[in-house]
Amino acid sequence: MDVTRLRYMADQIARNLAPQGEAQAIEGTFQHIRDYWDPRMKAAILADDHAALSPIARAAVERLSRG
Amino acid sequence: MGYERQADFGTPEVCSDTPVTLTIDGRAVTVPAGTSVMRAAGQCGGSIPSLCATDSVAAFGSCRMCLVEIEGRRGTPASCTTPVEPGMVVHTQTPKLAKLRRSVMELYISDHPLDCLTCSASGDCELQDTAAEVGLRDVRYGFDGANHLGLPVDTSNPYFDFDPSKCIACSRCVRACDEVQGTLALTIDGRGFVSKVSAGQAADDFLSSECVSCGACVAACPTATLQEKAVKEIGKPERAVVTTCAYCGVGCTFRAEMKGEQLVRMVPWKDGKANRGHSCVKGRFAWGYANHQDRITKPMIRESVDQPWREVSWEEALSYTAGKLNSIKAQYGARALGGITSSRCTNEEVWLVQKLVRAGFGSNNVDTCARVCHSPTGYGLSKTFGTSAGTQDFDSVMHADVVMVIGANPTDGHPVFASRLKRRLRQGAKLIVIDPRRIDLVKSPHIEAAHHLALQPGTNVAVLTAMAHVIVTEGLADEAFIRERCDWDEYQDWSAFVAQERHSPEVLEPVTRVPASELRAAARLYATGGNGAIYYGLGVTEHSQGSSTVMSIANLAMVTGNIGRSGVGVNPLRGQNNVQGSCDMGSFPHELPGYRHIAGPEVRGSFEADWQVSLDPEPGLRIPNMLDAALDGSFRALYVQGEDILQSDPNTHHVAAGLKAMDLVIVHDLFLNETANYAHVFLPGSTFLEKTGTFTNAERRIQMVRKVMEPANGLEDWEVTQALARAMGLDWNYADSAQIMDEVARLTPTFAGVSHARLDAEGSLQWPVNAAHPDGSPIMHVDGFVRGKGKFMVTDYVPTDERTGPRYPLLLTTGRILSQYNVGAQTRRTANTVWHPEDLLEMHPSDAENRGLKDGDWARLASRTGETTLRVTVTDRVAPGVVYTTFHHPATQANVVTTEYSDWATNCPEYKVTAVQVLPSNGPSEWQESYASWSEKSRRISRVAAE
Ligand code: SF4
Ligand code: SF4
Ligand code: SF4
Ligand code: FES
Repeated sequence: MDVTRLRYMADQIARNLAPQGEAQAIEGTFQHIRDYWDPRMKAAILADDHAALSPIARAAVERLSRG
Repeated sequence: MGYERQADFGTPEVCSDTPVTLTIDGRAVTVPAGTSVMRAAGQCGGSIPSLCATDSVAAFGSCRMCLVEIEGRRGTPASCTTPVEPGMVVHTQTPKLAKLRRSVMELYISDHPLDCLTCSASGDCELQDTAAEVGLRDVRYGFDGANHLGLPVDTSNPYFDFDPSKCIACSRCVRACDEVQGTLALTIDGRGFVSKVSAGQAADDFLSSECVSCGACVAACPTATLQEKAVKEIGKPERAVVTTCAYCGVGCTFRAEMKGEQLVRMVPWKDGKANRGHSCVKGRFAWGYANHQDRITKPMIRESVDQPWREVSWEEALSYTAGKLNSIKAQYGARALGGITSSRCTNEEVWLVQKLVRAGFGSNNVDTCARVCHSPTGYGLSKTFGTSAGTQDFDSVMHADVVMVIGANPTDGHPVFASRLKRRLRQGAKLIVIDPRRIDLVKSPHIEAAHHLALQPGTNVAVLTAMAHVIVTEGLADEAFIRERCDWDEYQDWSAFVAQERHSPEVLEPVTRVPASELRAAARLYATGGNGAIYYGLGVTEHSQGSSTVMSIANLAMVTGNIGRSGVGVNPLRGQNNVQGSCDMGSFPHELPGYRHIAGPEVRGSFEADWQVSLDPEPGLRIPNMLDAALDGSFRALYVQGEDILQSDPNTHHVAAGLKAMDLVIVHDLFLNETANYAHVFLPGSTFLEKTGTFTNAERRIQMVRKVMEPANGLEDWEVTQALARAMGLDWNYADSAQIMDEVARLTPTFAGVSHARLDAEGSLQWPVNAAHPDGSPIMHVDGFVRGKGKFMVTDYVPTDERTGPRYPLLLTTGRILSQYNVGAQTRRTANTVWHPEDLLEMHPSDAENRGLKDGDWARLASRTGETTLRVTVTDRVAPGVVYTTFHHPATQANVVTTEYSDWATNCPEYKVTAVQVLPSNGPSEWQESYASWSEKSRRISRVAAE
């Protein structure tokens, strides 16, 4: 999968949920990726360098990696 | 059904709670107060001869044919204009009336050509019938006085003719155009004998006039004056079958009037609850594509896309395809396979395609074209209200006091609904339009929007949050409603958020370009003007913040208490005929039918038990992700039913590359569409005239589609999918589409009470139809939200990453027009092209002048992703800095320039905002030229005889 695109998607979700406050935005971004992304997309973002993500998206992906 | 004209009670139905009882020809009859004597007589089985009355328009009282005698009253009043009164005693058949009616008829006939024997309307002409009914035998005045018999016939409209020599000046056509359609294209010029119907100015014919070819006047005309050309060519229909239009989400129902196996005409069905007897040019007339020479009726295959197509038998096509699917699955796993369902196909067909993907392919890689239109509606409304659908029926608009139209152009996109809306606006409801472009509704005959907020494209959330700011800070919120119906704590958070000064219209004005005072006035009007109803379209959803905008709209409806009753609500105007249904039927990769997440073990378990398979619990790929995955080799086979993703999806180059990378692309369609240029298997499809099933319109109304002729390709689409499933080894045995609907009802709680038998008996049903709502649900969230408490969602304006700059200084936004439909596969194959032969680029005069462009010049439209050329039309409908075009023609390929930016929640593409440059050009772009030659090459068919 084109990981640049996946990073962009994760960041975009985080950016739109940010107004709900940090904790809710992280939870929301995590749930969104869990509920809407196909396994290979999840695997690709998990394998990617998380430092490239915005803070909320990074926290959400880390949450995803914990299952 | 044999052929009978639809019942006509002469004057419109009246809604009143007060009953009135009277006696007509010795029979007692009770009708609502306000009903005409003519209608009351019709309801008790009587018939009063009439010419100028028809029940689609208000009575006019001009022909004097419908005279009656009323005891205790002098004279002979016209029954069409006389309202009933309690105790009235009416006589409709007396010697005096017979004589009067005969003399009136004599006058009409003396100025009418006596060519009944050869007239195409003979046998279906009210003048002829009425002459017989009144017993006219002889015309005393002779036929050689002044008359209109020599007048020329206006044949300019491609679908109907106007023969003024047959006109009886009853003005039914004029009133139908005014009252039913709301276009006001026709007038009666002159008075008395010289009166004559004309379309617009004296020099106009129908084609050059304001006429939008809706056909209302043709349906209203009692003679052959206005008549479909097809009736002249084919002859009078012999039978009629009620079915549903296959174009847009209004879901008009029609009588397909047939002669043998030939469709003569489609006449809007008066009992249809979505359209109430009205239609637009597409459903009424543009069905000729069904028999177009381009239609492919034989299956075809090829090993690679640079080879010509080879016609094969169904058996060969299906076993070849199934073999390939099975081997790709064996080699790369189930998740390498997927399918795209069609919003043009029936619910039953969509159900089977998603079932084939989930149960047969074994993945959840199923998506639908709603991805590119209303996926944000599903997401936004389910988060806030708990259902992925509009809240009202169309009738509701007749109770609205303030109508807010956001990012929709109903007169073009949803014309029959627009006619209802316009009728309500003429009655005095107020209109707010939020749209970058001055759509027709902003100012049309007898209608003017109270506010037009011509926002900068891409700033919907900013505008709606500013409206919420005004409502909250000015104390206009409906607190009683919110406390009762919504989560109060969430409301508190949300209202504190929108009340921040940074959301005020004044602070946001530089972003939205909407004058703050205008925005404040619009917000006050929506909040305080009585019943407030919101209708929105793709101008809301096709943005990087599409889902946020839908949630902002839901917030506005909740904060003002405009939800849960007639006249209010949140109404997505859905694009395709069955886009609601295709979403309902489980076309999204993360959810099973009825919008239930695939991860839920209970729901998934119910499907697994019924289908006898185990299902993948993980969400599948959406269309754009399928294309990405194709490029990295993990997605290899795609079954596309009735969609043309190459033309309709953003960034054509990327779509083409994705398709090209796949091992197997199966296109199941009527025509070799653009996507088929990259296909290896072509399975011919059937039209809506050739199949039985159901469509669900924008008001959640499920209606029957009925087969009126045999499929030219031999199989209905659901039969093809079933045959493919069987070839893959699945034991599917549906005998008809009714059995598929039974399965839908068994597995989908909102459809629990739906069956073909019930739809046949009741005409239509609006989901949910279940134990709680046994007769369906015209209006939703009446006693509470489906999700429990309504949820206010905090949404903030996030600018799109698609920015203008020195290289791409203009914003392109896209849309569609009345006579064409989406990618135009159907409408381009009809005479509708007379209204729209090509896509044009609308540009503001100042932008055009800066670039040295004049009306009609060729221009090069370039974005960061690609470029195309098209002709410019200079207009101040668009603001400076904004350009607009449609995407109906493959030659233009407007999506070559659109980008892959998309809605953050659903990946619905951001079609409505692309930064572009426009410069003079003298011909097609390089891509257009190379694509045209590739496309021609790719469509070659080597006709090896198939059995
Ligand atoms: S076809 Fe429709 S728009 Fe045209 S004149 Fe008739 S009623 Fe009016
Ligand atoms: S065209 Fe038909 S409907 Fe119109 S005035 Fe003439 S007869 Fe009546
Ligand atoms: S409004 Fe829509 S459903 Fe109705 S006739 Fe036109 S295209 Fe068909
Ligand atoms: S039908 Fe009543 S006056 Fe014409």
